[in-house]
Amino acid sequence: MSRRARLRFRLFVAGDTQNSAEAIANLSVFCGEYLPNRHEIEVVDVLRVPARAMKDSVFMTPTLVKLSPSPVRQIVGTLSDPYILLQVLGLRALAP
Amino acid sequence: MRLKGNRMKSARSIQAGIAVKAPTGVIGFDEITGGGLPHGRTTLLGGGPGSGKTIFALQFLVHGARHCNEPGIFVAFEETPKRLVANFQTFGWKLAALQKQKLYFLDAHPTPDLIQSGTFDLSGMLAALGAKAKAMGARRIVFDAVDIVLALLPDQAAKRREIYRLHEWLLARELTGLITAKAGGDQESSLDPEPFGFMQFMVDCAVILNHSVVQGVSQRNLRVQKYRGSSFDEHESPFLIGKSGFEVAGARTLGHTYTGVINERVSSGVERLDTMLGGGYYRGASVLITGFPGTAKTTLSGAFAEASCRRGERTMFVSFDSDFAEVVRNLASVGIVLDRYVKNGRLRIISVRTITGNAETYLLRIKTYAKEHRACCVVIDPVSTLSSSASELTAHSVVERLIDWSKSEGITLVCTSLIDEMSSRTIGVSPLQISTLADTWIHLNYLAQAGERNRGLSIIKSRGTAHSNQVRELILSDAGVTLADIYTAGGEVLMGTLRWEKESAERASNEVAEIAGKLKRVSLDAEEAELQVRVKSLHTELVAKKVEKELLARTTQSRERELSRGRTRVRELRGADAAMAERR
Repeated sequence: MSRRARLRFRLFVAGDTQNSAEAIANLSVFCGEYLPNRHEIEVVDVLRVPARAMKDSVFMTPTLVKLSPSPVRQIVGTLSDPYILLQVLGLRALAP
Repeated sequence: MRLKGNRMKSARSIQAGIAVKAPTGVIGFDEITGGGLPHGRTTLLGGGPGSGKTIFALQFLVHGARHCNEPGIFVAFEETPKRLVANFQTFGWKLAALQKQKLYFLDAHPTPDLIQSGTFDLSGMLAALGAKAKAMGARRIVFDAVDIVLALLPDQAAKRREIYRLHEWLLARELTGLITAKAGGDQESSLDPEPFGFMQFMVDCAVILNHSVVQGVSQRNLRVQKYRGSSFDEHESPFLIGKSGFEVAGARTLGHTYTGVINERVSSGVERLDTMLGGGYYRGASVLITGFPGTAKTTLSGAFAEASCRRGERTMFVSFDSDFAEVVRNLASVGIVLDRYVKNGRLRIISVRTITGNAETYLLRIKTYAKEHRACCVVIDPVSTLSSSASELTAHSVVERLIDWSKSEGITLVCTSLIDEMSSRTIGVSPLQISTLADTWIHLNYLAQAGERNRGLSIIKSRGTAHSNQVRELILSDAGVTLADIYTAGGEVLMGTLRWEKESAERASNEVAEIAGKLKRVSLDAEEAELQVRVKSLHTELVAKKVEKELLARTTQSRERELSRGRTRVRELRGADAAMAERR
C-alpha cells in the first residue's frame, strides 16, 4: 500500500458508554501517531441512528470499519492494541 | 441514568403481570408450565449441541406470530437466517410468509474473519433491535446461541456485564425473551457454572434440554429448572422433534378427567368371548391380551379390528411385528378379512417397522396417526415392543400415557403383550406392568397335553363386568375364531384332540343307541306287518269256509229234494205203496 494513500474510517459507537469513549480515544491517538493527515473518521452513534447499525450489520460496539482503500475491514473492540490495528490496516511497516 | 430508569421500570413489570404466560405452541410444554413462558420476562434455554434449542426457540416465535398476534425477532448468533429458514422448511411453518411482517431474523453471527481488539459490548445490537422491535411491534424475541458472542468477550466480568445489559434491555421493553445457550455435554443436566450460572439466577425461567443415550436408546428430555411465580412440572419430560416441530410428551397431568364413562359395549369379534365378558369390552376401555409367542394374540386383536370395522367405526391397527401386507394375509387365513376395510379407508394398518425411534417416538406417532385417521378403536400389537426401545421406567411411563391418552380420547384400545415363555412361565408378570392399568385382561396360554399344544383363553380380570371364570379353548380355523368348551374329566382339563375324542366318543355312543332304537322299531314294524298279513289270509280262509259251508248246505238240500222226488217216483212206479201213501 502506498504511504500516501488516504484511509477512510467509520467508527460505530454506542453513545458515551465506556467502551465507545475508549475506542474514540484510542483511534484518535493511533491516527495521530501513524496516519497524520492521512485519515478521515466518521463516528456513528447507533443509539441515535439505530438504522445505520442495522443497515451495516454492526451489532457489537464499538466497531471500526475501514472503508478505503479496499479491502473493507472491520475491527471490533476498544482498539486497545495499536499493533493489531497496524496489522489489519496493512501498515505493519510503520510498526515500531 | 438510563440504567436506573430501566431498573425502576423492570421492578414495576415484575409486580404487574406475575402469572401472564406466553404460549409457546410446543405440544406438551404449555401443559408442563401451565401456559407457556413468562410473559414479558426472560427465559433461559440451555442444552448441549443438537438438543433442539433453536427449534424450540423458533417454534415459540412462529406460534406467537401466527396465533397470538405477537410478532417476534430472532437474533441468530450461530447460523445465518437464510440457512435457518431452509433448515426449518420441513416443519411447515411458512416462515417466508411470516417473515414479511411478523417475524424478523437478525443476522448477528460473527464473521469468521472478525478481528477484535479490546473489549466491546452489545449496545449497538440492542439499539438496532430496539428500533426494529418498535417498528414492527415485536412482543417476543429470541437470542439464539448467545454463548457464541459471549465467548468473544475477554473476561467473566465483561460477560456478566453483557448478560446483565441484555436482561435489562429485555425487561425495559417488556419483551418475552428467550435466550438459548449451549451448556455442558450430553451427560450434563445442569448448565455450566459460569457465565450461565449467573444467567440462571437472573432469569425468571430456566429450561434445560438434554440428550442422552441409555442402553443404546437415544432419549431426549426437557426439564423446567425454575419458573418464578408459577408452579410447574419439575420432572424431566421426554420430548422429540417431530414432523411439525418440537413435541414434549407431557407427563401425566393429575386430576385429568376422562371424557366420561360409557356403558356401551363393543364386540371383541368373537361371539362367545363377548358372552364370557357379559356383552363385550366396554367402549373406551383398554384391553390387554397377554400370551406366549404364537398363542393367537394378533388373531384375537384382529378379530376385534374386523368387528369394529364391520360396525363402521374407524379403526387403526399398529403392528410392531409384521408388514402391512403380512398382517392382512395372516389374518385372512383365519377368516378375518381386513383388506376390504383397508380399501374403503375405514381401517388403517401401520407397520411400526417403518418408524424408527424410541418409545416416545412411537407413542407420539401413534397419537398423530390416530388423530389423522380419527380412529375410535386402536389395536397395538404388541405393546411389549416398547420395552425394548426404551428403559424400563420410560417404557412403563409411555404405556401409562398411552392408556391415559386413549381413555381421554374415548378410544377403545386393545394391546397385546408378549410374555417370554422362557423367563416367566407364570402369568401375572406382564413386563410393562400394564396389567394393573388395563381394564380387561385376557390371557392366552398353551396347554401341552397328550402330545399336543392347545390354546386356552381365560379372562383374568375385567373391571366392571361380570365375566366367566371358565377357561375356553381358542380354535382357529379358516372360518374364523371360535371358542370351545373344554372338558373337565377326573380333575383334568381336556383340550384339542382329547376334547375331540371325548366329544366323538359321546357322539358315537349316541349314534349306537339311536341305531338300536331304529332297528327295534323296524323289527316291530315287520312283526306288525306279518300279523296283518296273517289276519288277512285268515280272513280270506274264513270267507272260503263260509262259501264252502253254504255250498255244502245247498248241495245237501238239493240231494234230499232229489231223493224224496226219487222215492215218490219209485212208489209211483211200483204202484203198490200208492194207497199206503195216499192214506198216509
